[in-house]
Amino acid sequence: MSAVATLQKSSLTAGRLPRWTPWAVGAGALAVSAGIMSLIGFNLPGWIVIAWLLFVPSMFVAARTVEGHQAGVDRFWTVLVCSAFVLALLPLVSVIVTLLVNGLPGLLDPGFLASTMQYATSQTDQAAAAGEGPVYGGILHALVGSVLVTLAATVISVPIGLFTSIYLVEYSQDGWLSRAITFFVDVMTGIPSIVAGLFGAALLFSLVDPQDSLMGFTAAVALSVLMIPVVVRSTVEMLRVVPNELREASYALGVRKWRTIVQVVIPTAISGIASGVTLAIARVIGETAPILVTAGVAVRLNTNLFNDWMMTLPVFIFRQLQNPTSPTAVGPSIERAWGAALVLVLLVMALNLAARLIARAFAPKQTGR
Amino acid sequence: MSQTETRGSAVAQTTDTEQPPVDAPAGVPLDNRSGRFGDRLFSGISLAAGIVILVVLAGVAAFLIRDAIPAVVASPEELDRDTSFWGYVGPLVAGSVVASLIAILVATPVGVGIALFISHYAPKRLAQPLGYVIDLLAAIPSVVYGAWGALVFGAALVPGYAWLSEHLSFIPIFGPTHSTTGRTLLTAALVLAVMVLPIITSLCRELFLQTPKLHEEAALALGATRWEMIKAAVFPFARAGIVSAVMLGLGRALGETMAVALVLSPGPLTASLISTGNSTIPAEIALGFSEAFGIRRSELIAAGLVLFVITLVVNVLARLVVARYKDFSGAN
Repeated sequence: MSAVATLQKSSLTAGRLPRWTPWAVGAGALAVSAGIMSLIGFNLPGWIVIAWLLFVPSMFVAARTVEGHQAGVDRFWTVLVCSAFVLALLPLVSVIVTLLVNGLPGLLDPGFLASTMQYATSQTDQAAAAGEGPVYGGILHALVGSVLVTLAATVISVPIGLFTSIYLVEYSQDGWLSRAITFFVDVMTGIPSIVAGLFGAALLFSLVDPQDSLMGFTAAVALSVLMIPVVVRSTVEMLRVVPNELREASYALGVRKWRTIVQVVIPTAISGIASGVTLAIARVIGETAPILVTAGVAVRLNTNLFNDWMMTLPVFIFRQLQNPTSPTAVGPSIERAWGAALVLVLLVMALNLAARLIARAFAPKQTGR
Repeated sequence: MSQTETRGSAVAQTTDTEQPPVDAPAGVPLDNRSGRFGDRLFSGISLAAGIVILVVLAGVAAFLIRDAIPAVVASPEELDRDTSFWGYVGPLVAGSVVASLIAILVATPVGVGIALFISHYAPKRLAQPLGYVIDLLAAIPSVVYGAWGALVFGAALVPGYAWLSEHLSFIPIFGPTHSTTGRTLLTAALVLAVMVLPIITSLCRELFLQTPKLHEEAALALGATRWEMIKAAVFPFARAGIVSAVMLGLGRALGETMAVALVLSPGPLTASLISTGNSTIPAEIALGFSEAFGIRRSELIAAGLVLFVITLVVNVLARLVVARYKDFSGAN
């Protein structure tokens, strides 16, 4: 007690709240809130919300009386800013916990990764829900479909995106065409994914027999519309930061422009380009809406991009939730959906991680000669 | 022996046609025809790729317009409903706009707060890992958010909705009854808020970190507290950027499909945010397109076109705001 008193009397710390004030006020707010809750019936969210509502003004009043108006306002906003961060962590934690808790049982079902939905019927699901049999069915067809469609979209988008960026950075002298392309690439970034899907559907609908227009390739075309702008924007950024000295040194040696680009500019920027492409893949592999309207839904394995409907992981999740295999026993369908969601999230996280590793692995050597 | 011969001739061939050997000496004559051809080919391909993008975008617009026209000009009888196309799409637009606006109203203060926390409040060592954590939110696919919103988040909100409808039902948006599954427009809007949060946060964070150090230090030296420094130095610098980040988030929320399609159990437009009903354009398309043929198909494509135009306007406005304020921000 005397130690605290002497500290507060010191001329340097006079008029400041001691460091433990927020903790003490927080504990007090929680206690008062618990008291209020005990009067009207306890529940956890209510407890936290009321405690927070008590904490913010009491911190403000405490700081204002001891430290003055300026410091009081400063404390008030500090509390709000920190609360915003904690608030944002709640959904993140909730999503991750939900995924792990609900997804692991599905993922650990035997054959979940190795079988399709071909033999999982409403009867087997009802039996599984009643505890009389295992949960049949898996995501093999969706996994293969996701990989094939995304690969096809990458094969279409990367050359177009790469060469467009080369045109924008190396060839165009900031003319009207390059300004138009830059503007429309920005516009494309804002296209809602469902509209890209409608475009793919409408395009293939009029190019081939409408009966056959729902197929993996249609989905790949739709995904390319979403992927190209992402590739162009990241690649342009990367090509722009290649130092002009490198290009000029190459020209000075008499090397042609195209070989300068291929052998000097691109190798210098390759780490950024590759990680940008990987991030673009990570983005489109999670897209549902465009595939839903272009590739249809399938229950069996289809490895042909140009024929018949094709399943992908996001659409699989959507279908299992929206149209369960057995409408009366939805448990197994929900389990499969969460299992597939866990696989999808792991896939996207792996791609994001890969992008970082690629950026590091291909980064140009800092030590030159 | 024969092997080396073949290899040698292969190299000679490539030299003759288009690709000089990779390690050609620097003394290759400048008017070497192969090089000129390579240059022309390469710039031609690059130009073509750029033009392909313009063609694709023109294609998007052209195909959608072509397929949409039959529904827009059709009479109510042809559409098999009591209103024209505009009467059909109007409530959907309203649903989309309301859900997106609520999402933005929730996400903007929180997103700016997080960005400030990472750039100016968190300890320096923690700032970057915390940024990664928020970026994780952006990496989660929308369908997973939809599943979470429909099965976990919505159910968790039901007691809150019950309380709202009990005590605040005199306000129309907290209408007379509440949904018992939590699959309402307000849930959808809150899920959208979570989804646009990382966009707003990451854009704002970059901006806040770029605030000139001299401005910040000048404010602090004049005796400003941290919050006064942020008000005097950081916000004026980042104002245009915050507005455009919010607009981009709005564009994303307007076009977001799966989260809404999974969370909402769609129905006709109602004023109440906490009872079943309402729908948005993307959800309507996603739920209806696979069973749509003929005029119904064209109707959904027309709805998609309306959505495209709305998001286009929002995105162009965001760009104009940035261009308008660039000169005043002191960024350069």
